[in-house]
Amino acid sequence: MTFRKLLTTTGLLMALAGAASAQQTLVYCSEGSPEGFDPALYTSGTTFDASGQTVYSRLVEFKTGTTEVIPGLAESYEASADGLEYTFHLRPGVKFHTTGFFTPSRDFNADDVIFSFERQLRDDNAYHTVSGGTWEYFAGMSMGDLIKSIEKVDDLTVKFVLNRPEAPFIANLAMDFASIMSAEYADQMLAAGTPEMLNQEPVGTGPFQFVAYQKDAVIRYAKNPSYFRDGLPKVDNLVFAITPDASVRYQKLQAGECHVMPYPNPADIAGMKDNADVVMMEQEGLNVGYMAYNTQVAPFDNPKVRKALNMAMDKQAIIDVVFQGSGQVAKNPIPPTMWSYNDAVQDDAYDPAAAKAMLEAEGVKDLSMKVWAMPVQRPYNPNARRMAELIQEDFSKIGVKVEIVSYEWGEYLDRSKATDRDGAVLLGWTGDNGDPDNFLAVLLGCDGVGGSNRAQWCHQPFEDAIQKAKTVTDAAERTRLYEEAQAIFKDQAPWATIAHSVVFMPMRPEVEGYVVHPLGSHIFTEVGLKQ
Amino acid sequence: MLRYLLEKIFTFVPTFIGVTLISFAFIRVLPGDPIIVMAGERGVTPERYKELQEQFGFDRPMLAQFWDYMNGVLHGDLGTSFVTKKPVWDEFFALFPATLELSICAIIIAIALGIPAGVIAATHRGKFFDRTLMSTALVGYSMPIFWWALLLIIVFSGMLRWTPVSGRIDLLYFFPDVTGFMLIDSLLSGQKGAFASAVSHLVLPSIVLATIPLAVIARQTRSAMLEVLSEDYIRTARAKGLSPFRVNGLHALRNAMIPVITVIGLSVGTLLAGAILTETIFSWPGIGKWMVDSIFRRDYPVVQGGLLLVAVAVMVVNLVVDLLYGLINPKIRKR
Repeated sequence: MTFRKLLTTTGLLMALAGAASAQQTLVYCSEGSPEGFDPALYTSGTTFDASGQTVYSRLVEFKTGTTEVIPGLAESYEASADGLEYTFHLRPGVKFHTTGFFTPSRDFNADDVIFSFERQLRDDNAYHTVSGGTWEYFAGMSMGDLIKSIEKVDDLTVKFVLNRPEAPFIANLAMDFASIMSAEYADQMLAAGTPEMLNQEPVGTGPFQFVAYQKDAVIRYAKNPSYFRDGLPKVDNLVFAITPDASVRYQKLQAGECHVMPYPNPADIAGMKDNADVVMMEQEGLNVGYMAYNTQVAPFDNPKVRKALNMAMDKQAIIDVVFQGSGQVAKNPIPPTMWSYNDAVQDDAYDPAAAKAMLEAEGVKDLSMKVWAMPVQRPYNPNARRMAELIQEDFSKIGVKVEIVSYEWGEYLDRSKATDRDGAVLLGWTGDNGDPDNFLAVLLGCDGVGGSNRAQWCHQPFEDAIQKAKTVTDAAERTRLYEEAQAIFKDQAPWATIAHSVVFMPMRPEVEGYVVHPLGSHIFTEVGLKQ
Repeated sequence: MLRYLLEKIFTFVPTFIGVTLISFAFIRVLPGDPIIVMAGERGVTPERYKELQEQFGFDRPMLAQFWDYMNGVLHGDLGTSFVTKKPVWDEFFALFPATLELSICAIIIAIALGIPAGVIAATHRGKFFDRTLMSTALVGYSMPIFWWALLLIIVFSGMLRWTPVSGRIDLLYFFPDVTGFMLIDSLLSGQKGAFASAVSHLVLPSIVLATIPLAVIARQTRSAMLEVLSEDYIRTARAKGLSPFRVNGLHALRNAMIPVITVIGLSVGTLLAGAILTETIFSWPGIGKWMVDSIFRRDYPVVQGGLLLVAVAVMVVNLVVDLLYGLINPKIRKR
């Protein structure tokens, strides 16, 4: 840091510190450090909270607390009849942040949209390999194969041309990786020989502008005075106090050192609900925890055997013991808060006697199987080992011997993809964009066999339904197709659907306007503090 | 003295090569692939996996990868983190001052309390103070750090509200890093109350981190003192009518210090290991947590570079300890 830059930064920080005492500062005890500040480079929610949901905006965005897509930097859009062209009309007069390190000379326009996507799309873009350029979400959502070209019609109109119709395309654009960067800032950094600064000192059009980051300690943001949504954000300063330990976060919350904390210890939840200094918000998470059979290996290639095992599983006991009440029994592969959830589907009733009889009717005797328990904690499965033990006990009641196996997380993910895998795998999924395709096609589609489809299940009637739903734009028709797919899934039982977790957010009583977001983001744009 | 110093530095070379080799091999021997870990439940297609392997250089033979790494190390380049995309040097030096500050405070507490406690215990051998102290030291040595830290937080921060829960300074204070040492930077900032806030944030983590070295130093001082106190020259000193303070504090303690200094030098390794848990619980932004996170993420450059730099830091401290031997006992220097 040069002396001049140090003086400038010191002056800015002192001015902000002085002003902060008279202003409202919201402190969020975040659970970890962001990997960087360019949300397109990463896949973790912690990084998205600190970048995509604070500093940046997108063409379309999720309405906080829902998976409904609303206009963002684009005021409106229209799709061509064949579903191959999407034209976005951009909001005029949107300003990029003016910070200690960048002063924009122009408003947001089509060049920024084109830059934000082309750096991920095109090998020849100067930013394609900057900061490692892995673009995992862009690749994971198949955007590279999907987008044919992005054209600037005029300064405030952009057209995306696709290679095939894709109904979830608009929902994809509301995801963090589709955040809009400043092309002007990127050009300046490239010219200065420091393109990586885009990932370290971010500039966007979001509700908060980046002020400073002390690694692993504190991230500071100030209100964006020119934010395009009137009257927002409500607080003047936002601070992320990075606090990895959940018990310590709770202590800080009680001591008034922070206003909001995520991911409480399940064991602390009951006490928090009784604590007068804490307000507890909760919402069903957009996730599913499941056990996937290997449907390509006998006897699990027989749907009746899978169904019998599902009937032997006491899912309510799992919810009580493993989730300590912070979950609900899952009957479908998508969560109940997602559109097209088929509530008419009947879950397999817990009936060990009937399950045993069913296995015998299928000629299965003295069955031994492996159950894979994840070595990590996830919202959809806070304790896989304990869950596996409960399943082991349940299955022993119908004469099925279970051996529990586990591997290091990377190994677990890798080995569980094998089509000749021995055993049923405990795993789960948290939704990215609120579209059923993001669950059903990724986790159960034929393309995922040998990969993210851990059941190795490719069932043509199901596949036909989800592929058709991907290409039609009529919402009612899509809903019907996904409902049909869920009924087929239940009949074929490639998984035992186990649980959807409940997300708890403890906060101080003075916090107002916080809404738990189903996609797992922590959003502070509409949050205020009572005087 | 210079020759002694050069000889010592020369012994660094094989250790340095050994550490470089071990840190390179260690992370690769562990099961788990950084690309698979990075992709998570989402997974990665075989084509994409191949692309990323090429990008990170994992497709090259292991020997070639090691050569690249060694070449980088010798040119002062420890690589770039797979995760944050920042140079390992930059990350290390942004975090190391926090660990150093905490470790220095912890070792000061451990020495300031451990040596007098050990001396008093030795001079009151078998009495109530000795027994209480040694039992307390044993408890301190065997206590799980995370449990001890949480207990202190609940009592002193939660119930009594005497100290802040975690962090390095109150969020109200806001100034850029100059040295990275919060105590110094808070003074330089000129902001009223900043230094006091930094001190109050250091209290609990320093106590927690000091606990094990304090117990070890106290016990080591006691046993070394007991050995020295039975020597003839101590009896002579007492017979000469010297005050107990001069006998114990000067004649005995000086000779008992050699093993104590060895233990203090070795405690640096313990401090860094203890810092991993202490830093996690107290949200202390140091290298302990950084290293652990990097192991979980299989962030090879950070694990390799971090281990190497920590090893160098431990070697430097041990060099200082060796030099201190020479100062305390000239016979060692002359040998």
